[in-house]
Amino acid sequence: MTLAPERRATPAPARPVRPTTGPLVDQFEFGLDAPICLTWELTYACNLACTHCLSSSGRRDPDELSTEECKALIDEFERMQIFYVNIGGGEPTVRPDFWELLDYAVAHHVGVKFSTNGFRITPERAAKLAATDYVDVQVSLDGATAEVNDSVRGRGTYDAALRAMANLRDAGMKDFKMSVVCTRHNIGQLDEFKAIADTYGAQLRLTRLRPSGRGADVWDELHPLPEQQRELYDWLVANGDQVLTGDSFFHLSAFAEDGQGALPGLNLCGAGRVVCLVDPVGDVYACPFAIHDRFKAGNVRDGAGATDFDTVWKHSELFTDLRSPQTGGACTKCSAYDSCRGGCMAAKFFTGLPLDGPDPECVKGNAASSLEARDRGGLPGTSQDHSHKGTVRNAPVPLTLMRRPPSGACDESPLVPGRSFG
Amino acid sequence: MTATPDAERGTPLRVRAEAAWRLSDSVSLRPEPFGALAYDFRTRRLSFLKTPTLVDVVRGLADHDTAGEALTAAGVTPQQESSYLSALTTLAGSGLIEERP
Ligand code: SF4
Ligand code: SF4
Repeated sequence: MTLAPERRATPAPARPVRPTTGPLVDQFEFGLDAPICLTWELTYACNLACTHCLSSSGRRDPDELSTEECKALIDEFERMQIFYVNIGGGEPTVRPDFWELLDYAVAHHVGVKFSTNGFRITPERAAKLAATDYVDVQVSLDGATAEVNDSVRGRGTYDAALRAMANLRDAGMKDFKMSVVCTRHNIGQLDEFKAIADTYGAQLRLTRLRPSGRGADVWDELHPLPEQQRELYDWLVANGDQVLTGDSFFHLSAFAEDGQGALPGLNLCGAGRVVCLVDPVGDVYACPFAIHDRFKAGNVRDGAGATDFDTVWKHSELFTDLRSPQTGGACTKCSAYDSCRGGCMAAKFFTGLPLDGPDPECVKGNAASSLEARDRGGLPGTSQDHSHKGTVRNAPVPLTLMRRPPSGACDESPLVPGRSFG
Repeated sequence: MTATPDAERGTPLRVRAEAAWRLSDSVSLRPEPFGALAYDFRTRRLSFLKTPTLVDVVRGLADHDTAGEALTAAGVTPQQESSYLSALTTLAGSGLIEERP
C-alpha cells in the first residue's frame, strides 16, 4: 500500500506499538492477520422485504461475484486460515450455486454459518446440513408471535421460520441458531423466544437493531425505548450464559455498577479490526452494519489474482486507520467508558452522530440532545439500495394491534349502538 | 462475535507432565502477533492462546513423549511449569488437546 497522499508532510507522531502482553482486547484494537468474524453476503437477492434489512436487499446485483470468483475467495479464506465465515445476504439460498459453494467451503476447511429466513430449508436440505459439523444454520425470527414477527419480516415468515426449525430438529441438527433482532415490539417476548428456541433444540441469539440499510427508515419506531434497554440488559444478565449476542449489546454494559454485571464479550467495536464484510459484488466493508462508501476498504477484484481479499484486509487505508487507537471524544469523560467505549460506530454514523461521541442509544442519555438537534435531511443514507421496487408476495404486515381490540363498540365510539358486533 | 471458551462440561482432565498429549484432530491453530487462535471445527468454538510460548508447547505436544518434554523444548523453565500445565489443563477441558496413548 502507498502512503496516504493527503497526510501532512511533517513527520507523523510515532504510531503506538502493539503491546506484547495484556488483555486480548488491546491486541484486537491493533487488528489481526485475518478477521475473526467475517460476514460474506452472497447475494442482494431476497424473496422477502423485511422492513429493517441491514443491507437493503431485494434484487440481485448483475455484478455479483461469479461461482468461480466465489471459489477463489474461499481458497483465499483457506490460505488465510479464516476458520469460518458467516454467510448472509439477501437470502443466500436464493443463489442457484449456494449449495455448491457450501460444499466447496466445507471441502476447503472453511466452516460456514449461514443466515436464512428458512423458506428453503426443506426436510431434505435439513438432513444434508445435519450431516456435517462444518455447517451451522441461523434462522431469523423477529417476533415470538406471528403478529410481531410478520410486521417486520413479512406475511407467512413466522410459519416458515418455525417450519425450518422443525425440519432441522427432526433431521437431528443440534444447537443451530435462532436469531432475533431486538425491537420495541419484542423486548417483552424474551422468555417466549427462549422457550421457542428450546422447543427446537436451537440456541437463542439476540442482536441489536441498527439503523443500517432499510433499518434507518424504521429505527425511530422500532429501536427499544430507554426502559426496554434496561429490561433487555437485566434479562441478559440473568440469562447471559444461555444466549448468544454476537457481542452486540456492549453499549448496555454501561448499566453495570462497580464492575458488577458487565456483559460477557469483548466490549469493543471490532469493525475493520476483527470484523468485516464482503458484499455480493466483492466490496469489502468494515462491518456488515456499515455498508456505506465511508466504510468501504476496497474490492476483492482489485488485486492481481482471481481475488485479493488478503491485501484489502491487511493493507487498506481504511482498515489501517481503524486499527490505530480511536479517540472517545465526549465519552472519555464518562464513568462507563471502559465497558461501553462509546458504543457502535455504525449506529452513530447512520443516525448522523459524531463517531467519537456517545452511541444513539447511550444508556446514560448522553446522546438525547444531539439526536434531537440533528438535521434529518443531512443523514448519510445508504450508498446502495437493492430493495424490491414492486410488490412482494410476503410483504410485511403493518402492526396495528398493539392494543387489545375494543371489547364492545362503546369502548371506542361515543355512538353506542344497540348491540355489540363482536 | 462469540469468543468465550466455556469450561462447562464434565470432569476436568488434568494434564500431568508425564503423560502424552496432542492437538485434537478437529482443531486448527492460526498464528497471530499475540500467540494464536485455536478453532475447533467440531464444537465450532474459538479460543485464544495468549503467548507464543504456549503456542510452541501446544504444537510440540505431538512430537514429544510427554507434555513435560514439550514444555522444556519450548523453553518453559521449571518455575513456569505449573502455570503452563494448568493452561494445558484448561485446553484439555475444552477439548482442544487430547491425551494419546
Ligand atoms: S460498527 Fe457497530 S456493529 Fe459494527 S463492529 Fe462496530 S460496534 Fe459492532
Ligand atoms: S457517554 Fe459514551 S461511554 Fe458513557 S454510556 Fe454513553 S455512549 Fe457509553
